[in-house]
Amino acid sequence: MEELNALFHGFSVALTPFNLMLMFVGIILGVIIGVLPGLGGANGVAILLPLTFSMPPTSAIIMLSCIYWGALFGGAITSILFNIPGEPWSVATTFDGYPMAQQGRAGEALTGAFTSSFVGALVAVLMFTFLAPLIANFALQFGPAEFFAVYLLTFCSFVGTGKGNPFKIIASMMLGFAMAAVGIDIVTGQLRLTFGFTELLSGFHFLVAVIGLFGIGEILLSMEEGLSFSGHGAKINPAIVLQTWAKLPRYWATSIRSCFIGCWMGIIPGGATPASFMSYGVARQMSREGAKFGTGQLEGVVAPETAAHAAGTSALLPMITLGIPGSPTAAVLLGGLMIWGLQPGPLLFVEQKDFVWGLIASMYLGNIAGLIVVLTMVPLFAAILRVPFPIIAPVIVVICAIGAYTVKNNMLDVWMILVFGMMGYLFKKLDYPLAPMVLALVLGDAAESSFRQAMLIAQGDLTVFWSNWLVGSLTTLALVLLIWPFISAAMTRLRALAPATR
Amino acid sequence: MENNNEPAQRAVRIITMDIVVAALIFALGALVVWDSHRLGSGWDENGPQAGYFPFYTGLLVCISGAVVLVQGLFKLKSDRRVFVRLDQFKQVLVILLPSAAYVLGVQLIGIYVPSAVFIGLFMKIVGHYSGLRSALVALAVSVIAFLLFEIWFKIPLPKGPVERLLGY
Repeated sequence: MEELNALFHGFSVALTPFNLMLMFVGIILGVIIGVLPGLGGANGVAILLPLTFSMPPTSAIIMLSCIYWGALFGGAITSILFNIPGEPWSVATTFDGYPMAQQGRAGEALTGAFTSSFVGALVAVLMFTFLAPLIANFALQFGPAEFFAVYLLTFCSFVGTGKGNPFKIIASMMLGFAMAAVGIDIVTGQLRLTFGFTELLSGFHFLVAVIGLFGIGEILLSMEEGLSFSGHGAKINPAIVLQTWAKLPRYWATSIRSCFIGCWMGIIPGGATPASFMSYGVARQMSREGAKFGTGQLEGVVAPETAAHAAGTSALLPMITLGIPGSPTAAVLLGGLMIWGLQPGPLLFVEQKDFVWGLIASMYLGNIAGLIVVLTMVPLFAAILRVPFPIIAPVIVVICAIGAYTVKNNMLDVWMILVFGMMGYLFKKLDYPLAPMVLALVLGDAAESSFRQAMLIAQGDLTVFWSNWLVGSLTTLALVLLIWPFISAAMTRLRALAPATR
Repeated sequence: MENNNEPAQRAVRIITMDIVVAALIFALGALVVWDSHRLGSGWDENGPQAGYFPFYTGLLVCISGAVVLVQGLFKLKSDRRVFVRLDQFKQVLVILLPSAAYVLGVQLIGIYVPSAVFIGLFMKIVGHYSGLRSALVALAVSVIAFLLFEIWFKIPLPKGPVERLLGY
């Protein structure tokens, strides 16, 4: 059991008092970020990233990933108590969580949500522990063509699995790639898309884009909706926790299904949100109490929370092993790794054993810490949500401005968050997805260079992407996913026509 | 937020914005295509030229922008869903314009003073808080940010004349 040895070594790396303290700080910050409107996992981590530059990378990633776990936990609090999903993946939690709070069962709903989040994460981390080294080992044989095929698959799966207009998904993604190309071309040294502005030489930094798109954009949307919070009180005491824990084993089947859905969907980009909806839908169909879903069923909280947390955790699997993040937050973490001088991808498992296994060990510990923090501190977090919006809004704008400036001490970036904020507002309202754009901005350079290398090796022959079974099946799968929306639209049309012609 | 259901309330339709944004996206794509073509979007003796990859990226931006635009034109008459009402848009401006003024302030005199002024005035004018409470929250945020960044984490933020007076 080589993995177990490595894991125990990882625990010895992660279990220093300093790292444990960072874990709790990270979780608390993460929950606060998850609870506040305008701050989410992605831009929260983006703003705090510069603070970690002076830390050792292992400690930094432990703190940042704990912020991520905290944000995952935090989304449930606002969903259940305020009927406002703090994060997109906790929308499905409001369906049964808020009715439970209205019936005065908020404590039960919260305990159920936190516990099933924990279970989902734990299963995903277990999968991670044993699957990650295998995938990394396999990916060591990848050449540029294989890597480009994996990138292609990542981006095409946005089109294949995304709801909404496929052309809007492609437009958003390709704008991300175009923004990634701005600046000096690494291969030829030529200036691309700078149009004579020296400020554009270093290109758009994705952290600035994330802070603007998600942070400022969300504030603009919240202002427009004229948010006023009216929430239910939450009392969690040990008796409620124990009572709920006694009930939870009844939903073992839902839990296992949701873990499976979550782990699977998380590896696919943009997974946590669809995973939570899918898991809720499947649970409603399979459950004996299915008809009562939406009226305050504990099972309806367990299903989406388990899946969302499992998906959020397994989103880190392709990021660490292949260098391809499964979610915007994972993309920001990936950017952090690059800033610390670590190149994510299969070689990380060979060259940076301490780092990788320290991170994996911290996933176990961080989720235990998370469960303790959220179960004990819910009233405090709920109180934060009651701080009125006229105070929250300018404070978050200030935090975003500071975050943008610290990325590379550039005043232009502070202006850019306003531009990206307006863009985020427009795109969100017009159903252009933001995740593909962020991922394209992060991965643009890597995808381009693997494409160029592959083309150089093959002398411009596109059949290199079908030159062996591995790269061929990846590319074909990617193309099928790309045209999937059109296939499925054609099929529904055919099905609608069939009875008419009979 | 009164008169929410007043039919006379002026509003912008989703489909109008959809078409405008699609046209902008098309224009951005065209810009990318044009600049990549200028750099060279083909092959030379060293392999793919600098504009090779962005050229096709821009082309795809153009195509998808054009498709969304045409789709929008077809629905222009039928789709009457509302993008934003005038009163909602005013709310957006209530935070957007002061934010822009704030960023200008940061550019001119450093970050700490504009932050306090921005938070304080926003609380006083938009939130109708008392002057004392607004001032306290505003000062607290600025002082905490100063301690956090300049003292503990040693990350320099933009500073101006006031910070210089204090010896920083």
